[in-house]
Amino acid sequence: MAQVMSPVPGTFYTQASPEEPTYKSKGDSVAVGDTIGLVEVMKTFIEIKAETAGTFDSYLVENGAAVTAGEALAQLEE
Amino acid sequence: MPIQRMFIANRGEIAVRIIHAAQAMGVHTIQAYSEADADMLAVRLADESVCIGPAQAAQSYLNVDAVVAAAKAAKADAVHPGYGFLAENAGFVRALTAAGITFVGPSADTIDRMGDKVAARQAAQSAGVPVVPGSKGRLETTDEAVKVASEVGYPVMIKAAAGGGGKGIRIAQNEDELRKMAPQAQAEAAASFGDGGLYLERAIQSPRHIEVQIMGDGKDAVHYFERECSMQRRRQKVWEEAGAACLDEETRKHLCDTAVSLAKAVNYVGAGTLEYLYDGVTKEFFFIEMNTRIQVEHPVTEMLTGTDLVQEMIHVCGGGKLRQQQSDITRSGHAIEVRLNAEDPLMQFMPFPGQVTGLTVPEGKGIRFDHFLYEGYQIPPFYDSLLGKLIVHAPDRAAAIDLMVTALEGLEIEGVKTTKPLHLALANDAAVRADDFHTQWLEPWLAAGNLTSTR
Repeated sequence: MAQVMSPVPGTFYTQASPEEPTYKSKGDSVAVGDTIGLVEVMKTFIEIKAETAGTFDSYLVENGAAVTAGEALAQLEE
Repeated sequence: MPIQRMFIANRGEIAVRIIHAAQAMGVHTIQAYSEADADMLAVRLADESVCIGPAQAAQSYLNVDAVVAAAKAAKADAVHPGYGFLAENAGFVRALTAAGITFVGPSADTIDRMGDKVAARQAAQSAGVPVVPGSKGRLETTDEAVKVASEVGYPVMIKAAAGGGGKGIRIAQNEDELRKMAPQAQAEAAASFGDGGLYLERAIQSPRHIEVQIMGDGKDAVHYFERECSMQRRRQKVWEEAGAACLDEETRKHLCDTAVSLAKAVNYVGAGTLEYLYDGVTKEFFFIEMNTRIQVEHPVTEMLTGTDLVQEMIHVCGGGKLRQQQSDITRSGHAIEVRLNAEDPLMQFMPFPGQVTGLTVPEGKGIRFDHFLYEGYQIPPFYDSLLGKLIVHAPDRAAAIDLMVTALEGLEIEGVKTTKPLHLALANDAAVRADDFHTQWLEPWLAAGNLTSTR
Protein backbone atom coordinates (compact mmCIF):
# COMPACT_ATOMS: atom_id res chain seq x y z
CA MET A 1 0.00 0.00 0.00
CA ALA A 2 1.24 3.49 -0.82
CA GLN A 3 0.05 6.41 1.24
CA VAL A 4 -0.72 9.96 0.16
CA MET A 5 0.51 12.47 2.73
CA SER A 6 -0.58 16.03 3.47
CA PRO A 7 2.24 18.52 2.84
CA VAL A 8 0.60 21.11 5.13
CA PRO A 9 -1.56 21.21 8.25
CA GLY A 10 -5.21 22.17 7.82
CA THR A 11 -8.66 20.74 7.13
CA PHE A 12 -8.97 17.80 4.73
CA TYR A 13 -11.74 17.45 2.18
CA THR A 14 -12.44 14.33 0.10
CA GLN A 15 -14.70 16.23 -2.32
CA ALA A 16 -14.45 19.53 -4.21
CA SER A 17 -17.73 20.76 -2.70
CA PRO A 18 -20.53 19.19 -0.65
CA GLU A 19 -22.50 18.52 -3.85
CA GLU A 20 -19.64 16.77 -5.66
CA PRO A 21 -18.75 13.06 -5.32
CA THR A 22 -15.48 12.13 -3.56
CA TYR A 23 -12.41 12.58 -5.77
CA LYS A 24 -11.71 8.82 -5.66
CA SER A 25 -13.57 5.69 -4.60
CA LYS A 26 -12.33 2.16 -3.85
CA GLY A 27 -11.15 0.47 -7.02
CA ASP A 28 -10.63 3.68 -9.05
CA SER A 29 -7.38 3.81 -10.98
CA VAL A 30 -5.01 6.57 -9.85
CA ALA A 31 -2.44 8.19 -12.13
CA VAL A 32 0.51 10.28 -10.93
CA GLY A 33 -0.79 13.82 -10.49
CA ASP A 34 -4.43 12.85 -9.93
CA THR A 35 -6.12 14.97 -7.26
CA ILE A 36 -7.29 12.84 -4.35
CA GLY A 37 -8.42 15.60 -2.01
CA LEU A 38 -8.06 19.17 -0.78
CA VAL A 39 -6.42 20.60 2.30
CA GLU A 40 -7.65 24.00 3.42
CA VAL A 41 -4.85 25.93 5.08
CA MET A 42 -5.49 29.51 6.19
CA LYS A 43 -8.50 29.81 3.88
CA THR A 44 -6.46 28.63 0.85
CA PHE A 45 -7.31 25.30 -0.79
CA ILE A 46 -4.38 23.13 -1.83
CA GLU A 47 -4.98 20.17 -4.16
CA ILE A 48 -3.42 16.97 -2.85
CA LYS A 49 -2.04 14.94 -5.74
CA ALA A 50 -0.96 11.31 -5.97
CA GLU A 51 2.78 10.88 -6.40
CA THR A 52 2.49 7.21 -7.34
CA ALA A 53 0.09 5.39 -9.67
CA GLY A 54 -2.14 2.52 -8.53
CA THR A 55 -5.64 1.53 -7.51
CA PHE A 56 -7.44 3.61 -4.90
CA ASP A 57 -8.12 1.76 -1.66
CA SER A 58 -9.47 4.20 0.92
CA TYR A 59 -9.35 7.54 2.64
CA LEU A 60 -7.63 7.35 6.02
CA VAL A 61 -9.13 10.62 7.27
CA GLU A 62 -12.76 11.71 7.28
CA ASN A 63 -14.05 14.54 5.14
CA GLY A 64 -13.73 17.80 7.11
CA ALA A 65 -11.21 16.48 9.65
CA ALA A 66 -8.21 18.43 10.94
CA VAL A 67 -4.89 17.05 9.68
CA THR A 68 -1.24 17.73 10.48
CA ALA A 69 1.64 18.13 8.02
CA GLY A 70 2.90 14.67 7.05
CA GLU A 71 -0.34 12.90 8.05
CA ALA A 72 -1.46 10.04 5.77
CA LEU A 73 -4.69 11.00 4.00
CA ALA A 74 -5.40 8.03 1.73
CA GLN A 75 -3.91 4.75 0.60
CA LEU A 76 -3.71 2.99 -2.72
CA GLU A 77 -2.46 -0.34 -4.03
CA GLU A 78 0.54 0.02 -6.29
CA MET B 1 -26.04 51.14 30.98
CA PRO B 2 -22.30 51.03 30.37
CA ILE B 3 -20.90 47.64 29.43
CA GLN B 4 -19.34 45.80 32.38
CA ARG B 5 -18.72 42.20 31.27
CA MET B 6 -17.81 41.92 27.61
CA PHE B 7 -17.55 38.64 25.72
CA ILE B 8 -15.13 38.67 22.77
CA ALA B 9 -16.42 36.49 19.93
CA ASN B 10 -13.30 36.60 17.79
CA ARG B 11 -9.64 35.59 17.79
CA GLY B 12 -6.22 36.70 16.59
CA GLU B 13 -4.97 40.26 16.66
CA ILE B 14 -8.40 41.90 16.86
CA ALA B 15 -9.27 39.95 20.04
CA VAL B 16 -6.06 41.26 21.61
CA ARG B 17 -6.90 44.78 20.43
CA ILE B 18 -10.41 44.62 21.93
CA ILE B 19 -9.12 43.26 25.27
CA HIS B 20 -6.63 46.13 25.57
CA ALA B 21 -9.37 48.68 24.84
CA ALA B 22 -11.85 47.08 27.25
CA GLN B 23 -9.36 46.70 30.09
CA ALA B 24 -8.33 50.35 29.73
CA MET B 25 -12.01 51.22 30.32
CA GLY B 26 -12.29 48.92 33.33
CA VAL B 27 -14.50 46.44 31.46
CA HIS B 28 -14.20 42.77 32.49
CA THR B 29 -13.24 40.63 29.46
CA ILE B 30 -14.36 37.09 28.62
CA GLN B 31 -12.52 35.61 25.63
CA ALA B 32 -14.07 32.91 23.42
CA TYR B 33 -11.73 30.36 21.87
CA SER B 34 -11.85 27.22 19.76
CA GLU B 35 -10.04 24.01 20.67
CA ALA B 36 -7.24 25.05 18.30
CA ASP B 37 -6.86 28.46 19.97
CA ALA B 38 -6.41 27.54 23.64
CA ASP B 39 -2.85 28.94 23.53
CA MET B 40 -3.61 32.22 21.78
CA LEU B 41 -2.50 35.51 23.28
CA ALA B 42 -6.04 36.85 23.79
CA VAL B 43 -6.82 33.89 26.08
CA ARG B 44 -3.76 34.74 28.17
CA LEU B 45 -4.68 38.43 28.40
CA ALA B 46 -8.41 38.17 29.08
CA ASP B 47 -9.85 38.10 32.58
CA GLU B 48 -11.71 34.87 31.72
CA SER B 49 -11.88 32.56 28.72
CA VAL B 50 -14.27 29.90 27.51
CA CYS B 51 -13.99 27.19 24.85
CA ILE B 52 -16.82 27.42 22.32
CA GLY B 53 -16.13 24.41 20.09
CA PRO B 54 -13.82 22.57 17.70
CA ALA B 55 -11.12 24.10 15.50
CA GLN B 56 -13.30 24.50 12.41
CA ALA B 57 -14.76 28.01 12.49
CA ALA B 58 -18.18 26.74 11.36
CA GLN B 59 -18.41 24.79 14.63
CA SER B 60 -16.97 27.50 16.88
CA TYR B 61 -16.56 31.17 15.92
CA LEU B 62 -19.35 30.97 13.33
CA ASN B 63 -21.69 28.87 15.47
CA VAL B 64 -24.38 31.34 16.60
CA ASP B 65 -25.97 28.98 19.12
CA ALA B 66 -22.64 28.06 20.72
CA VAL B 67 -21.45 31.67 20.97
CA VAL B 68 -24.74 32.97 22.40
CA ALA B 69 -24.92 30.10 24.91
CA ALA B 70 -21.33 30.72 26.03
CA ALA B 71 -21.90 34.47 26.41
CA LYS B 72 -25.05 33.80 28.44
CA ALA B 73 -23.35 31.21 30.66
CA ALA B 74 -20.50 33.67 31.31
CA LYS B 75 -23.07 36.30 32.36
CA ALA B 76 -21.76 38.70 29.74
CA ASP B 77 -23.78 41.89 29.30
CA ALA B 78 -22.26 42.54 25.86
CA VAL B 79 -20.55 40.77 22.96
CA HIS B 80 -17.87 42.36 20.79
CA PRO B 81 -17.73 40.58 17.42
CA GLY B 82 -14.49 42.09 16.04
CA TYR B 83 -14.42 41.78 12.23
CA GLY B 84 -15.26 38.77 10.07
CA PHE B 85 -16.99 35.72 11.63
CA LEU B 86 -20.35 36.93 13.08
CA ALA B 87 -19.61 40.67 12.96
CA GLU B 88 -22.19 41.37 10.26
CA ASN B 89 -24.65 38.56 10.96
CA ALA B 90 -28.07 40.02 11.75
CA GLY B 91 -29.35 36.64 12.99
CA PHE B 92 -26.58 36.61 15.59
CA VAL B 93 -27.54 40.10 16.75
CA ARG B 94 -31.20 39.05 17.07
CA ALA B 95 -30.23 35.97 19.09
CA LEU B 96 -28.15 38.14 21.44
CA THR B 97 -30.95 40.66 21.81
CA ALA B 98 -33.39 37.85 22.65
CA ALA B 99 -30.93 36.73 25.35
CA GLY B 100 -30.76 40.26 26.76
CA ILE B 101 -27.15 40.80 25.66
CA THR B 102 -25.89 44.01 23.99
CA PHE B 103 -24.18 43.67 20.62
CA VAL B 104 -21.19 45.99 20.17
CA GLY B 105 -22.30 47.21 16.77
CA PRO B 106 -25.40 48.50 15.02
CA SER B 107 -28.89 46.96 15.21
CA ALA B 108 -29.85 43.82 13.31
CA ASP B 109 -32.08 45.92 11.06
CA THR B 110 -29.19 48.26 10.15
CA ILE B 111 -26.95 45.26 9.39
CA ASP B 112 -29.69 43.77 7.19
CA ARG B 113 -30.25 47.05 5.36
CA MET B 114 -26.57 47.83 4.77
CA GLY B 115 -25.73 44.20 3.97
CA ASP B 116 -28.11 44.22 1.01
CA LYS B 117 -26.29 46.09 -1.75
CA VAL B 118 -29.47 47.39 -3.35
CA ALA B 119 -30.98 48.61 -0.07
CA ALA B 120 -27.64 50.18 0.96
CA ARG B 121 -27.41 51.99 -2.34
CA GLN B 122 -30.93 53.34 -1.98
CA ALA B 123 -30.18 54.52 1.57
CA ALA B 124 -27.01 56.21 0.34
CA GLN B 125 -28.76 57.94 -2.55
CA SER B 126 -31.52 59.29 -0.35
CA ALA B 127 -28.89 60.68 2.06
CA GLY B 128 -27.17 62.52 -0.80
CA VAL B 129 -24.18 60.17 -1.12
CA PRO B 130 -23.10 59.78 -4.78
CA VAL B 131 -23.41 56.24 -6.10
CA VAL B 132 -22.07 54.60 -9.27
CA PRO B 133 -24.59 54.98 -12.11
CA GLY B 134 -26.48 51.68 -12.23
CA SER B 135 -29.71 49.80 -11.82
CA LYS B 136 -32.35 51.42 -9.63
CA GLY B 137 -33.26 48.14 -7.98
CA ARG B 138 -32.95 44.39 -8.35
CA LEU B 139 -32.74 42.92 -11.82
CA GLU B 140 -34.41 39.59 -12.44
CA THR B 141 -33.86 39.10 -16.20
CA THR B 142 -31.12 39.49 -18.81
CA ASP B 143 -33.25 41.83 -20.91
CA GLU B 144 -33.69 44.15 -17.94
CA ALA B 145 -29.89 44.12 -17.41
CA VAL B 146 -29.23 44.96 -21.08
CA LYS B 147 -31.67 47.88 -20.95
CA VAL B 148 -30.02 49.34 -17.82
CA ALA B 149 -26.50 48.83 -19.27
CA SER B 150 -27.38 50.83 -22.38
CA GLU B 151 -28.36 53.73 -20.09
CA VAL B 152 -25.35 53.72 -17.73
CA GLY B 153 -22.77 52.89 -20.43
CA TYR B 154 -20.28 50.01 -20.83
CA PRO B 155 -18.18 48.50 -19.34
CA VAL B 156 -20.63 47.39 -16.64
CA MET B 157 -20.16 45.38 -13.48
CA ILE B 158 -22.69 42.68 -12.58
CA LYS B 159 -23.04 41.71 -8.93
CA ALA B 160 -25.27 39.52 -6.79
CA ALA B 161 -27.70 41.70 -4.80
CA ALA B 162 -27.02 39.54 -1.73
CA GLY B 163 -23.29 39.10 -2.38
CA GLY B 164 -20.17 40.23 -0.59
CA GLY B 165 -16.41 40.03 -0.63
CA GLY B 166 -16.15 40.29 -4.40
CA LYS B 167 -17.86 36.95 -4.98
CA GLY B 168 -19.74 36.66 -8.24
CA ILE B 169 -18.63 40.00 -9.69
CA ARG B 170 -18.34 40.05 -13.49
CA ILE B 171 -17.42 42.84 -15.92
CA ALA B 172 -19.04 42.97 -19.35
CA GLN B 173 -17.47 45.16 -22.05
CA ASN B 174 -20.48 45.05 -24.39
CA GLU B 175 -23.99 43.67 -24.84
CA ASP B 176 -22.84 40.29 -26.19
CA GLU B 177 -20.75 39.69 -23.08
CA LEU B 178 -23.54 40.87 -20.81
CA ARG B 179 -26.01 38.46 -22.40
CA LYS B 180 -23.61 35.59 -21.67
CA MET B 181 -22.65 36.68 -18.16
CA ALA B 182 -25.99 37.73 -16.66
CA PRO B 183 -27.50 34.20 -16.58
CA GLN B 184 -24.23 32.80 -15.14
CA ALA B 185 -24.14 35.50 -12.45
CA GLN B 186 -27.78 34.81 -11.62
CA ALA B 187 -27.22 31.04 -11.28
CA GLU B 188 -24.13 31.60 -9.14
CA ALA B 189 -25.92 34.11 -6.91
CA ALA B 190 -28.81 31.68 -6.44
CA ALA B 191 -26.37 28.87 -5.55
CA SER B 192 -24.17 30.94 -3.23
CA PHE B 193 -26.70 33.14 -1.49
CA GLY B 194 -30.05 31.48 -2.19
CA ASP B 195 -31.07 34.68 -3.95
CA GLY B 196 -30.72 35.11 -7.72
CA GLY B 197 -31.25 38.89 -7.69
CA LEU B 198 -28.61 40.92 -9.55
CA TYR B 199 -27.65 44.50 -9.81
CA LEU B 200 -25.55 46.28 -12.34
CA GLU B 201 -23.46 49.42 -12.41
CA ARG B 202 -20.88 51.20 -14.53
CA ALA B 203 -17.38 49.75 -14.06
CA ILE B 204 -15.01 52.56 -13.04
CA GLN B 205 -11.60 52.11 -14.72
CA SER B 206 -8.47 52.10 -12.51
CA PRO B 207 -10.28 53.47 -9.46
CA ARG B 208 -8.91 54.28 -6.05
CA HIS B 209 -10.52 52.61 -3.05
CA ILE B 210 -11.26 55.33 -0.52
CA GLU B 211 -13.29 54.81 2.65
CA VAL B 212 -14.62 57.00 5.43
CA GLN B 213 -14.63 56.01 9.11
CA ILE B 214 -17.79 57.01 10.93
CA MET B 215 -19.11 56.55 14.47
CA GLY B 216 -22.68 56.97 15.63
CA ASP B 217 -24.56 56.87 18.92
CA GLY B 218 -28.02 56.31 17.43
CA LYS B 219 -28.80 60.00 17.18
CA ASP B 220 -25.66 61.85 16.26
CA ALA B 221 -22.76 60.74 14.06
CA VAL B 222 -19.25 61.96 13.27
CA HIS B 223 -16.51 61.01 10.80
CA TYR B 224 -12.83 60.40 11.46
CA PHE B 225 -11.77 61.27 7.92
CA GLU B 226 -10.82 58.89 5.15
CA ARG B 227 -8.45 56.04 4.38
CA GLU B 228 -6.79 55.09 1.11
CA CYS B 229 -6.90 51.29 0.60
CA SER B 230 -6.23 50.77 -3.10
CA MET B 231 -3.28 48.44 -2.63
CA GLN B 232 -5.07 45.12 -2.97
CA ARG B 233 -4.35 41.57 -4.02
CA ARG B 234 -7.31 39.31 -4.81
CA ARG B 235 -9.54 42.03 -3.37
CA GLN B 236 -7.75 41.79 -0.04
CA LYS B 237 -6.21 44.99 1.26
CA VAL B 238 -2.45 44.82 1.71
CA TRP B 239 -1.32 48.37 2.59
CA GLU B 240 -3.56 51.14 3.92
CA GLU B 241 -3.09 54.84 4.50
CA ALA B 242 -4.81 57.68 6.36
CA GLY B 243 -5.52 60.13 4.89
CA ALA B 244 -5.79 59.85 1.15
CA ALA B 245 -3.09 62.13 -0.25
CA CYS B 246 -4.83 62.17 -3.66
CA LEU B 247 -7.83 64.15 -2.36
CA ASP B 248 -8.07 67.94 -2.34
CA GLU B 249 -9.69 69.58 0.70
CA GLU B 250 -12.97 70.30 -1.05
CA THR B 251 -13.41 66.70 -2.22
CA ARG B 252 -12.39 65.37 1.20
CA LYS B 253 -14.98 67.55 2.95
CA HIS B 254 -17.75 66.52 0.55
CA LEU B 255 -16.83 62.83 0.91
CA CYS B 256 -16.75 62.90 4.71
CA ASP B 257 -19.82 65.11 5.17
CA THR B 258 -22.03 62.91 2.99
CA ALA B 259 -20.82 59.83 4.89
CA VAL B 260 -22.03 61.42 8.13
CA SER B 261 -25.38 62.23 6.48
CA LEU B 262 -25.87 58.54 5.69
CA ALA B 263 -24.85 57.46 9.22
CA LYS B 264 -27.35 59.91 10.71
CA ALA B 265 -30.08 58.90 8.27
CA VAL B 266 -29.90 55.27 9.45
CA ASN B 267 -29.50 56.22 13.16
CA TYR B 268 -26.21 54.36 13.15
CA VAL B 269 -24.75 52.97 16.38
CA GLY B 270 -21.09 51.99 16.69
CA ALA B 271 -18.17 52.10 14.26
CA GLY B 272 -18.80 51.85 10.54
CA THR B 273 -17.07 52.42 7.24
CA LEU B 274 -18.42 53.70 3.96
CA GLU B 275 -16.46 52.43 1.01
CA TYR B 276 -16.13 54.39 -2.21
CA LEU B 277 -14.52 54.16 -5.61
CA TYR B 278 -12.71 57.35 -6.52
CA ASP B 279 -11.92 58.43 -10.06
CA GLY B 280 -8.76 60.53 -9.76
CA VAL B 281 -9.20 62.03 -13.22
CA THR B 282 -12.73 63.37 -12.82
CA LYS B 283 -12.46 63.67 -9.00
CA GLU B 284 -15.78 61.85 -8.71
CA PHE B 285 -16.42 59.44 -5.87
CA PHE B 286 -19.09 56.78 -5.75
CA PHE B 287 -20.41 54.86 -2.73
CA ILE B 288 -20.06 51.08 -3.09
CA GLU B 289 -20.94 49.62 0.29
CA MET B 290 -20.98 50.08 4.03
CA ASN B 291 -19.19 47.81 6.49
CA THR B 292 -21.04 47.76 9.78
CA ARG B 293 -18.10 46.82 12.03
CA ILE B 294 -14.65 47.88 13.13
CA GLN B 295 -12.24 47.22 10.26
CA VAL B 296 -8.79 45.65 10.12
CA GLU B 297 -7.26 48.97 9.08
CA HIS B 298 -8.82 51.12 11.82
CA PRO B 299 -5.40 51.84 13.45
CA VAL B 300 -4.31 54.26 10.69
CA THR B 301 -7.33 56.40 11.52
CA GLU B 302 -6.50 56.18 15.23
CA MET B 303 -2.97 57.38 14.50
CA LEU B 304 -4.21 60.20 12.25
CA THR B 305 -6.85 61.50 14.68
CA GLY B 306 -5.55 60.39 18.09
CA THR B 307 -8.85 58.65 18.93
CA ASP B 308 -9.23 55.09 20.25
CA LEU B 309 -12.03 53.89 17.98
CA VAL B 310 -12.50 50.55 19.76
CA GLN B 311 -13.02 52.27 23.12
CA GLU B 312 -15.39 54.72 21.48
CA MET B 313 -17.52 51.95 19.95
CA ILE B 314 -17.71 50.13 23.31
CA HIS B 315 -18.78 53.43 24.89
CA VAL B 316 -21.56 54.25 22.41
CA CYS B 317 -22.82 50.66 22.20
CA GLY B 318 -23.14 50.69 26.00
CA GLY B 319 -25.60 53.56 25.55
CA GLY B 320 -23.15 56.46 25.84
CA LYS B 321 -23.29 59.61 23.74
CA LEU B 322 -20.48 60.45 21.33
CA ARG B 323 -17.68 62.06 23.32
CA GLN B 324 -16.40 64.22 20.49
CA GLN B 325 -18.09 66.82 18.32
CA GLN B 326 -17.05 66.89 14.68
CA SER B 327 -15.06 70.08 15.32
CA ASP B 328 -13.03 68.26 18.03
CA ILE B 329 -11.80 65.69 15.52
CA THR B 330 -8.73 66.80 13.64
CA ARG B 331 -6.20 65.10 11.42
CA SER B 332 -2.49 65.39 11.82
CA GLY B 333 0.36 63.98 9.71
CA HIS B 334 0.06 60.73 7.77
CA ALA B 335 -0.32 57.09 8.83
CA ILE B 336 0.36 53.83 6.98
CA GLU B 337 -0.48 50.24 7.92
CA VAL B 338 0.83 47.06 6.32
CA ARG B 339 -0.62 43.61 6.93
CA LEU B 340 1.88 40.96 7.96
CA ASN B 341 0.43 37.65 6.79
CA ALA B 342 1.84 34.16 7.34
CA GLU B 343 2.36 33.68 3.61
CA ASP B 344 5.40 33.35 1.39
CA PRO B 345 5.18 36.24 -1.09
CA LEU B 346 7.98 34.69 -3.14
CA MET B 347 5.98 31.44 -3.53
CA GLN B 348 2.62 32.71 -4.82
CA PHE B 349 1.65 33.75 -1.27
CA MET B 350 1.45 30.14 -0.09
CA PRO B 351 0.12 30.08 3.50
CA PHE B 352 2.80 29.29 6.05
CA PRO B 353 1.40 28.25 9.43
CA GLY B 354 4.34 27.52 11.69
CA GLN B 355 5.86 28.14 15.05
CA VAL B 356 7.14 31.58 16.01
CA THR B 357 10.64 30.81 17.22
CA GLY B 358 11.69 34.41 17.76
CA LEU B 359 10.00 37.81 17.80
CA THR B 360 11.59 41.26 17.67
CA VAL B 361 9.12 44.15 17.64
CA PRO B 362 10.31 47.59 16.50
CA GLU B 363 9.72 50.42 18.95
CA GLY B 364 9.89 54.17 18.73
CA LYS B 365 7.86 57.29 18.21
CA GLY B 366 5.12 56.79 15.62
CA ILE B 367 5.51 52.99 15.45
CA ARG B 368 2.78 50.56 16.51
CA PHE B 369 2.47 46.78 16.00
CA ASP B 370 -0.97 45.19 16.59
CA HIS B 371 -0.53 41.42 16.71
CA PHE B 372 -1.16 38.19 18.66
CA LEU B 373 2.28 36.60 18.61
CA TYR B 374 4.72 35.49 21.26
CA GLU B 375 7.86 33.38 21.13
CA GLY B 376 6.96 29.70 20.91
CA TYR B 377 3.43 30.35 19.58
CA GLN B 378 2.23 27.72 17.11
CA ILE B 379 0.08 29.46 14.47
CA PRO B 380 -2.96 27.27 13.74
CA PRO B 381 -3.80 26.51 10.08
CA PHE B 382 -7.58 26.86 10.44
CA TYR B 383 -8.05 30.61 10.20
CA ASP B 384 -6.87 33.47 8.03
CA SER B 385 -3.20 34.27 7.69
CA LEU B 386 -3.11 37.73 9.30
CA LEU B 387 -0.42 37.75 12.02
CA GLY B 388 -0.29 41.43 12.75
CA LYS B 389 -0.33 44.95 11.43
CA LEU B 390 2.58 47.31 11.47
CA ILE B 391 1.45 50.92 11.66
CA VAL B 392 3.52 54.10 11.41
CA HIS B 393 2.66 57.76 11.84
CA ALA B 394 4.85 60.68 10.71
CA PRO B 395 4.45 64.37 9.81
CA ASP B 396 3.95 63.68 6.10
CA ARG B 397 3.56 60.80 3.65
CA ALA B 398 7.20 60.65 2.55
CA ALA B 399 8.37 60.56 6.17
CA ALA B 400 5.79 57.88 6.96
CA ILE B 401 7.11 55.66 4.16
CA ASP B 402 10.67 56.17 5.43
CA LEU B 403 9.54 55.25 8.94
CA MET B 404 7.77 52.18 7.57
CA VAL B 405 11.05 50.99 6.04
CA THR B 406 12.82 51.48 9.39
CA ALA B 407 10.02 49.72 11.28
CA LEU B 408 9.92 46.79 8.83
CA GLU B 409 13.67 46.37 9.08
CA GLY B 410 13.32 46.24 12.87
CA LEU B 411 10.55 43.61 12.79
CA GLU B 412 11.66 39.97 12.94
CA ILE B 413 9.12 37.14 13.08
CA GLU B 414 11.30 34.04 13.07
CA GLY B 415 10.18 30.53 12.15
CA VAL B 416 7.53 31.54 9.60
CA LYS B 417 7.45 33.19 6.21
CA THR B 418 5.66 36.52 6.18
CA THR B 419 4.73 39.23 3.71
CA LYS B 420 7.45 41.55 5.06
CA PRO B 421 9.51 41.33 1.81
CA LEU B 422 6.46 42.51 -0.14
CA HIS B 423 6.04 45.57 2.06
CA LEU B 424 9.72 46.48 1.90
CA ALA B 425 9.59 46.27 -1.89
CA LEU B 426 6.45 48.41 -1.99
CA ALA B 427 7.92 51.02 0.36
CA ASN B 428 10.91 51.33 -1.97
CA ASP B 429 8.87 51.46 -5.19
CA ALA B 430 8.85 54.74 -7.13
CA ALA B 431 5.14 54.54 -8.01
CA VAL B 432 4.17 53.89 -4.37
CA ARG B 433 6.32 56.80 -3.22
CA ALA B 434 4.69 59.01 -5.88
CA ASP B 435 1.23 57.87 -4.67
CA ASP B 436 0.55 56.69 -8.22
CA PHE B 437 -1.49 53.48 -7.90
CA HIS B 438 -5.07 52.20 -7.90
CA THR B 439 -7.01 49.01 -7.08
CA GLN B 440 -5.81 47.22 -10.21
CA TRP B 441 -2.14 48.13 -9.72
CA LEU B 442 -0.63 45.52 -7.37
CA GLU B 443 -1.44 42.30 -9.22
CA PRO B 444 0.20 43.32 -12.53
CA TRP B 445 3.12 44.72 -10.50
CA LEU B 446 3.59 41.30 -8.87
CA ALA B 447 3.08 39.48 -12.18
CA ALA B 448 5.83 41.63 -13.72
CA GLY B 449 8.32 40.20 -11.22
CA ASN B 450 8.88 43.36 -9.19
CA LEU B 451 9.04 41.43 -5.94
CA THR B 452 11.71 38.87 -6.92
CA SER B 453 13.90 41.50 -8.61
CA THR B 454 14.13 43.66 -5.49
CA ARG B 455 14.96 40.75 -3.25
